[in-house]
Amino acid sequence: MTEHEHIRLPEGSIEKTTTTLNLGPTHPATHGVFQNILELDGERIVSAEQTVGYIHRAFEKLAERRPLYQVTPLTDRLNYCSSPINNMGWHITCEKLLGIKTPKRVDYLRVIIMELARISDHLICNSIVGVDTGAYTGFLYVMQYRELIYEIYEEICGSRLTTNIGRIGGFERNFNDIAFQKLDKFLAEYPAVLKEFINLFERNRIFMERTQGTGAISADRALNYSFTGPNLRAAGVDYDVRVHTPYSSYEDFQFNVPVGTTGDNFDRWQVRNDEMWESLSIIEQAYRKVKEFKGADAEVFHADVPEYYLPEKEDVYTKMEALIWHFKIIMGEIDIPVGEVYNCVEGANGEVGFYLISDGGRTPYRLHFRRPCFIYYQAYEEMTKGSMMSDAIITLSSLNVIAGEMDA
Amino acid sequence: MSLTNDRIKERLVEKFGEQVSAFSEPYGMLTFEAPKELNLKVLNFLYDDEELKFRFLTDLQAVHYPDDKGRELAVVYHLHNLVDNVRIRFKVFTDIKTPDVYTATGLFSGANWMERETYDFFGVNFVGHPNLKRILNVDEMDYFPMRKEYPLEDQTRIDKDDEMFGRG
Repeated sequence: MTEHEHIRLPEGSIEKTTTTLNLGPTHPATHGVFQNILELDGERIVSAEQTVGYIHRAFEKLAERRPLYQVTPLTDRLNYCSSPINNMGWHITCEKLLGIKTPKRVDYLRVIIMELARISDHLICNSIVGVDTGAYTGFLYVMQYRELIYEIYEEICGSRLTTNIGRIGGFERNFNDIAFQKLDKFLAEYPAVLKEFINLFERNRIFMERTQGTGAISADRALNYSFTGPNLRAAGVDYDVRVHTPYSSYEDFQFNVPVGTTGDNFDRWQVRNDEMWESLSIIEQAYRKVKEFKGADAEVFHADVPEYYLPEKEDVYTKMEALIWHFKIIMGEIDIPVGEVYNCVEGANGEVGFYLISDGGRTPYRLHFRRPCFIYYQAYEEMTKGSMMSDAIITLSSLNVIAGEMDA
Repeated sequence: MSLTNDRIKERLVEKFGEQVSAFSEPYGMLTFEAPKELNLKVLNFLYDDEELKFRFLTDLQAVHYPDDKGRELAVVYHLHNLVDNVRIRFKVFTDIKTPDVYTATGLFSGANWMERETYDFFGVNFVGHPNLKRILNVDEMDYFPMRKEYPLEDQTRIDKDDEMFGRG
């Protein structure tokens, strides 16, 4: 009898030697809406069958009837722990299709926001790993810095979680003084907090013993499963989109790509922590570069592309020309050029790709999102088979599976 | 030393002759197509060849072109050579009545769910797939929603005049 046939045996059947357990769809330990049907022999996992799609919202189909700007809010809802990366990834894809070159200052500002988003995402993931091992303090402690990051978003775009930040060609407005003050505060206070956060866990024997050597995947298997991002790097492969195909002027920055060795839960946790340090360094470098712009250059926050960049709201109310452009852009009156483009950015979870085919209409002919979560979650069974049920919970959180990204 | 698009094309033509065709380079990414019967041969060649080494499957999806009779569905593979950092796009076309394409799961474990998603939305039947069933949609669904014949909005609505919105 195969493992999966056990699941279909009637309750109380005498042949059944294993226990079937539904982990999810709404279990606190899944941190998202997806189901795992586990077959347990005592506490050991014999097989796992994942069911996904509980929050599928047909984004790819919706995008086929939406002009470019109306797709941006859809990308928010992919990986909602780091929406700005998705937003900017999408805008960069559009810019690539339209042949728009963004000014350096825009690139640097984008880098600041994207790295803040990466920090907030890794922060959630790593503190959740802590929560699942029973260490709640770290989670509560770092939340105030995620809050600070959200306040910075708020100063720039007005929203916090689903940000819809930026425009094709740049930002909707220049960063105000409060945004920079908050950034200063973050850069001044966060390193000490992160150090303390790491110490809290690394000096905790229970945490170390529960994460080291559990949920491992080899580099070969990770590559074969098309892993990207921290999960691949934890297995020892130094593939990072920011280095391999730089976008948004990442080539101007000095940073390391942290890698692990064994690809276990601890390595994934460690790689994310190291990446936070690197992100901090990138933000500092970018901030320094932003400060170097003087005079008119210091006011640049978008490329000069009137066909795709929304005019100032004030002008829309007072000038005919601006009103016409506003209307044309919002209603999607502008045809996008024919083309086929694949563009990817280094999301917090790996390579977030946008495959956009345009037939020259007002909307994409086809838009496909490469969602790293969806691709690596299929390895979950292989990673947990034979391990303890409680280790599988940590594996799930250290993979950082985000239901929104998985189900699109 | 870096692998150029011209060199990849040369190697492919050397091996498969006229069966690989429609080479182009939209935005710098080498794109080509092959008959669907050959998809595994091409993927295997790209994987095993000591020079090409396309061993990372970035993405796999389908596109529906209802007007292109006999080749309505395109299955698109994005492959990445991580050593030389080169990406290529490989397409196979199939007609919609017999959308059978060989599965790439033997070569890439990651293709499993990607192919299930493609089956779920476009109905491409991946021959040899270990577990080809719906993944994001409900199991009871009896159509393939990403095909172009399923419009997004209810076409019987009369309160919205598309002409007024430039959607005519």
